Amino acid sequence: MPTTKTERVEIRQSDDVVRVRQQTRTLAVEVGLSLVDQTKIVTASSELARNTLDYGGGGEVVLEILDQAGRRGLRLTFEDRGAGIPDIEQALKDGFTTGKGMGLGLGGAKRLCNEFSIASKPGEGTKVIIARWK
Amino acid sequence: MDRIPILKFGNALLVTIQVDMHDRLATTLEEDLTSKIVAHSARGVLIDISALEIVDSFIGRMLDNIAAVSRILDADTVVVGMRPAVAITLVELGLSLAGVKTALNVERGMALIEGRLSESEADDADDED
Repeated sequence: MPTTKTERVEIRQSDDVVRVRQQTRTLAVEVGLSLVDQTKIVTASSELARNTLDYGGGGEVVLEILDQAGRRGLRLTFEDRGAGIPDIEQALKDGFTTGKGMGLGLGGAKRLCNEFSIASKPGEGTKVIIARWK
Repeated sequence: MDRIPILKFGNALLVTIQVDMHDRLATTLEEDLTSKIVAHSARGVLIDISALEIVDSFIGRMLDNIAAVSRILDADTVVVGMRPAVAITLVELGLSLAGVKTALNVERGMALIEGRLSESEADDADDED
């Protein structure tokens, strides 16, 4: 799929979550997403960036503007090399958390996007990909 | 360290969140508000989030916590000025903010708090009869 723009943000500390939100907003505007869709993907990016930091021990996100036969979209790929998720189905359930959160992050992020995929291996890390199309 | 200012306004405390909060700032606000409710014997807390472009689960939880703690300390929390896109997103995210009172703007939020205050004053007057 043709990518017209790629950016990368490291996620090492709590301020970086804010930077991820801001960068997601900038690109969502560039893609031409509606205000509600911008808000949805920025919120999803905030949840996933925090997961990367809190559960993955830090990592990075790659933000890409996609163009599929004239249809534009924004894709975010979050990757960490943390402990990984042993049971993904359980992690996607609302209210499930191993930390101090509300357990809405992963399932919530999935609901806020058009595309969602997750791959994780215990001991190797986690990769979450989301996309929102115009 | 960064802090979000808390203003005293009659019997109420007024907080206007105007920055994109990182998580530590949100936690600090929660702690600051709790101690100010006690220090000023505040009966209401008004939180204006009209400048916030998103409310994620962390900020949502902060609002819920502030409302719960202030209720225990006999103060009402009203969150005002939520943007429509934020409200739509919050519901889809799965956060209903069930314990938080909301109002469209600062005037209506203040009216909610004052309404509750005059009710409790009326109760006090009844008790004296």
